[in-house]
Amino acid sequence: MIVEATGLRKSFGATEVLTGVDLHVEEGSVLALLGPNGAGKTTTVRILTTLTRPDAGQATVAGYDVLREPAQVRSVISLTGQYAAVDENQTGRENLVMVGRLMHLGRSAARRRTGELLDQFGLTQAMDRRVKTYSGGMRRRLDLAMSLIARPRVIFLDEPTTGLDPASRSTMWDAIGELVRGGTTILLTTQYLEEADRLADRIMVLDKGGIVATGTADDLKSQIGGERIELRFADERQLLKASGVLDGIAGQLVLNLPSDGTAAHLHHVLDVLRDNGVVPERVSSHRPTLDDVFLALTA
Amino acid sequence: MSHQGAAAAISDTVTMIDRCVRLMRRNVDTLFVSILLPLLMMALFVYVFGGAIDTGTEYINYVVPGILLLTTGYGASNTAMAVADDMTTGMIDRLRSLPIRSFAVLTGHVTASIARNAVSTAIVIAASLAMGFRPNAGPGDWLAAIGLMLLYVLALSWLAAGVGVIAKSVESASTLSFFMLFLPYLSSAFVPPETMPSWLQPVSEHQPITPVIETVRGFLIGAPPGNDGWIALAWCTGLLLFSFTLATSLYRRRTSR
Repeated sequence: MIVEATGLRKSFGATEVLTGVDLHVEEGSVLALLGPNGAGKTTTVRILTTLTRPDAGQATVAGYDVLREPAQVRSVISLTGQYAAVDENQTGRENLVMVGRLMHLGRSAARRRTGELLDQFGLTQAMDRRVKTYSGGMRRRLDLAMSLIARPRVIFLDEPTTGLDPASRSTMWDAIGELVRGGTTILLTTQYLEEADRLADRIMVLDKGGIVATGTADDLKSQIGGERIELRFADERQLLKASGVLDGIAGQLVLNLPSDGTAAHLHHVLDVLRDNGVVPERVSSHRPTLDDVFLALTA
Repeated sequence: MSHQGAAAAISDTVTMIDRCVRLMRRNVDTLFVSILLPLLMMALFVYVFGGAIDTGTEYINYVVPGILLLTTGYGASNTAMAVADDMTTGMIDRLRSLPIRSFAVLTGHVTASIARNAVSTAIVIAASLAMGFRPNAGPGDWLAAIGLMLLYVLALSWLAAGVGVIAKSVESASTLSFFMLFLPYLSSAFVPPETMPSWLQPVSEHQPITPVIETVRGFLIGAPPGNDGWIALAWCTGLLLFSFTLATSLYRRRTSR
């Protein structure tokens, strides 16, 4: 296991952020930590990248202990944080060469690698422009390129596409996909089930500082059913009646039901409602979202 | 790892200096203000207030050393904003997750500060000569004055770096610049302390800027600095040791987990 952690705990003041996280990543695989804001994703990444010290627990990366051998850990990993960590007033090329030099590549090796990465990430045209003129998507790509300069063995991506528009997100996914095919080990955090689904071999769902589920995307989806039906009601009384006869998760005037996605099932649901004198205002059906995963896993 | 020890430390520091100097050159606003502000102050004091202030000498000869210290004090304190900018954006995490020497980040900013102050000081000196400043210092006096100012800038830049490390934002880090802009007024920079109210005189005479100004003034307009020279040297050295220790240990604490 190239990344291994057991019993990670961390509190900031009275707030317990991690309540005992175990995880492991196989070399060459992609693990996604999926969870809402405040679940402890970033803290987990910061511990594994030596930036935060856990209150308890152990972790190794590439066999190096994150607490006792931080320098060795840093030399084999890279971190791309939630906010693009790039110098706005340097050009793309200058940013890359700088990081190459700080990773102790020689001057010419740093320049050569910079050229390769600019090319790989489609930034060659913009390489001599200051980063402040870059779009959000270009910044993230540059940020990722900076992380790759010394060919790290493990890449940590903390919410790599949060805040990006759909087109930039898709470009970013392609770039990450490329790395995955190249056999790089990746640990990424995300709030998007779709992102975890698309990129990761294994997903761990993190909620309130603990792991609530582990598995492939398919495993998780089957845990909550393939499709969801959402029924919206005009008032609380109707909702109560409906939740009395149907097995689902009730929300704000909403009842959320697992479904197999067939018309027959939808028909059956509506029949049951009609027989009980309940008329939903709206009916919709959708693929499971992160919300559904959470509702299902934490209900 | 092939790059260990001193060679890596030097290489990291050089890379960070390179970065900070480049960022500073491109941060045109700050650079512009840190040159323009002292020039305006000098013009204001020489042409507007100067006539009303009696220092027993040509006023411009009296005030230029004060302006120089204001220039460097303000310039050095801007380091706090540059450091705070790194500390409050994602940049510090990127830098920290690299296997680099921890102080290289601060050393880069401090060195850039010295370069920036060298430029602004040279411009202010050139302007003052054009406005009628007539120093009668020999090369040795100039060297001594420049050496002391360098030490002063170095000490203040490290202090500013420390402030930048703990500042919650770039805006709060800029408070130091304001303070450093104000402090020279309570020194012998613009008026002789003897003309101040008696309760203010001890403050003015014993604050660190006064002996530094007096020494630079002594070197430049040809009065031997005497005791002030040693007091200034002691202040600057002490401040440097204090600031360096403060900045590096705050940095370690802020960036330790």
